[in-house]
Amino acid sequence: MSEHSPPRSATEGASPMQREPAVTIFERGAPGRRSFVCPELDVPRRDGLLPEHLRRAEPPRLPEVSEPELARHYVRLSRRNFDLDSGFYPLGSCTMKHNPRLHERVAALPGHARLHPLQDPRRAQGALELMWNLERALAEIAGLPHVSLQPSAGSHGELAGVLLTRAYHADRGERRHKVLTPDTAHGTNPATVTMAGYDVVKVGTAPDGGVDIEDLAAKADTDVACLMLTNPNTLGLWDRHIERIAAIVHDVGATLYYDGANLNAVMGVSRPGDIGFDIVHFNLHKSFTQPHGGGGPGSGPIAVSDRIEPYLMAPTIVRRAPAEPGGGNGAPADGAALEFDLDFDRPKSIGRLRGFQGNYGCFVRAYAYIRSLGAEGLRDASEVAVLNANYLLARLRRAGVADLLPAAYDRLCMHEFVLSGAPMKRDLGIRTLDLAKRLLDHGYHPPTVYFPLLVEEALLIEPTETETRETLDAFADAVAAILAEAAEDPEIARQAPYTTPVRRLDEAAAAKRPVIRQPA
Amino acid sequence: MADADYPEDLLYHPEHDWARLDGEEATFGITWYAQDALGEVVFFDPPEVGTPVARDEAYAEVESVKAVSDVIAPLSGEVVAVNDALVDAPERINEDPYGDGWLVRVRLSDPGEREHLMGAAAYAAALP
Repeated sequence: MSEHSPPRSATEGASPMQREPAVTIFERGAPGRRSFVCPELDVPRRDGLLPEHLRRAEPPRLPEVSEPELARHYVRLSRRNFDLDSGFYPLGSCTMKHNPRLHERVAALPGHARLHPLQDPRRAQGALELMWNLERALAEIAGLPHVSLQPSAGSHGELAGVLLTRAYHADRGERRHKVLTPDTAHGTNPATVTMAGYDVVKVGTAPDGGVDIEDLAAKADTDVACLMLTNPNTLGLWDRHIERIAAIVHDVGATLYYDGANLNAVMGVSRPGDIGFDIVHFNLHKSFTQPHGGGGPGSGPIAVSDRIEPYLMAPTIVRRAPAEPGGGNGAPADGAALEFDLDFDRPKSIGRLRGFQGNYGCFVRAYAYIRSLGAEGLRDASEVAVLNANYLLARLRRAGVADLLPAAYDRLCMHEFVLSGAPMKRDLGIRTLDLAKRLLDHGYHPPTVYFPLLVEEALLIEPTETETRETLDAFADAVAAILAEAAEDPEIARQAPYTTPVRRLDEAAAAKRPVIRQPA
Repeated sequence: MADADYPEDLLYHPEHDWARLDGEEATFGITWYAQDALGEVVFFDPPEVGTPVARDEAYAEVESVKAVSDVIAPLSGEVVAVNDALVDAPERINEDPYGDGWLVRVRLSDPGEREHLMGAAAYAAALP
């Protein structure tokens, strides 16, 4: 065993902070303690503005803490978390790439950060221009001419895409009730289909990891509204038959939807619109850098073809001939036509999918990213993402883990790849979950586990383009070390992790008997 | 149940379901392999008594810490009883998949369908 192997007991190597029990902000402080004291009311008091039945009988129970207590509480919590700024985070399908600091600076500029969402377009020309420019850039990346920035997440973009498909068919007097999704699809695809009122029909996977063409052809009929596809798919594989697939889907009058979850593999290399996709969603928070993984905010714009455009969400951003400069603030003169404006006059539109204009801070960061890298830079990012994934796959093989953790589909991968832990489970008696937990002791966030579902004991690894070769080497060595350790004593991995603020969680108890309320 | 086990007296469906025949009725459940692959089951969504079930079609859902999965009927018929104890204790599916972890009891509509099912040896041989 290596002298540098991580600790194997709960207390060994743990800092005092890690050993301290976790408490909530409600358990800190004392009655009457405050972080901030409001100034005295200096305007006349007016009672009775809220109806009696809407008023609280008692003040809400809020934490009573001093500002230093407050600061320490959240700093401690943040140190108990694992984040991209502290270590490698190869969470497959989530594209945990580095978030450049520049983006935070520009997003925090007061003109962006303090812009009121109800600001009149006349006094928000700069913001609208940024959004219009971002739309043009996304249209170019997708190879589809029309964009809406409204959706707040990838799943929201999916919903938009399926609702647009329904509006498109309804406008043609067609009623279709099925949507096809491959069995490798993200869970959000069938969930979206169900939410939009369609029936889910699963399409199988061929031995090469792509869509089973015969199964697709058998299931594609005039009841099918849409095929939702991720390419490369969740196995990290580019579908070799994508043009056939597009032809089969279009021949029955269905739309072809591109789930942009894996766009990081192909930016600037291939354009979904050129392949025949009608609707594309982007995950700005994945491919275009945003801090994510903590639940948002995200952003899931969509790009669509000409035939889908009439139904696109309202309002859209339009650009007209430049306006004459008016009075102060550089804003256009009152009554003058605006260069950038919101167009609500869209009679066939499916309407609004979101209040205001979307998650604007995400737009600023994504636009900063696209402009920083440029077209060639985006292509470089995707190429290095693919190179890094293939390097790590090869490096894992060289570290001797292929017998226990073989690639589920033995092909060149794109930006991510799937290993199967089935031989590891059989020969060493440790499961993918045990390996994932032991990786935490090595200082790595585990890859995605048990997804996609069709691979037994799956491990989905996405290194992204922003990791160095040294990091990838060290990760491969850590995986090899865990397997070697398990060959001698599998119990070490089965009991992992040892160095984290909490040990192995009882996930079944958490699902069956969740504690969701703070005891009063 | 820690070790793989496929009792000889059951019939098996390739989607990892078993049937125990008893005259015109049969008890259904999921196999040791299925519960092992799913991981700890946290929720069982049973059909109602009286629901028709069709061979090769889903009739219930089980949710584990990994995923929600359809349970496929090995034979056709009508549900005459469901294992209500699983609602509060779904872990019985893991602990005793062929006993306390049974899912439903079905009155069979086509006894000849059993020809499509496998014996224990054939099922075990077909596992990955």
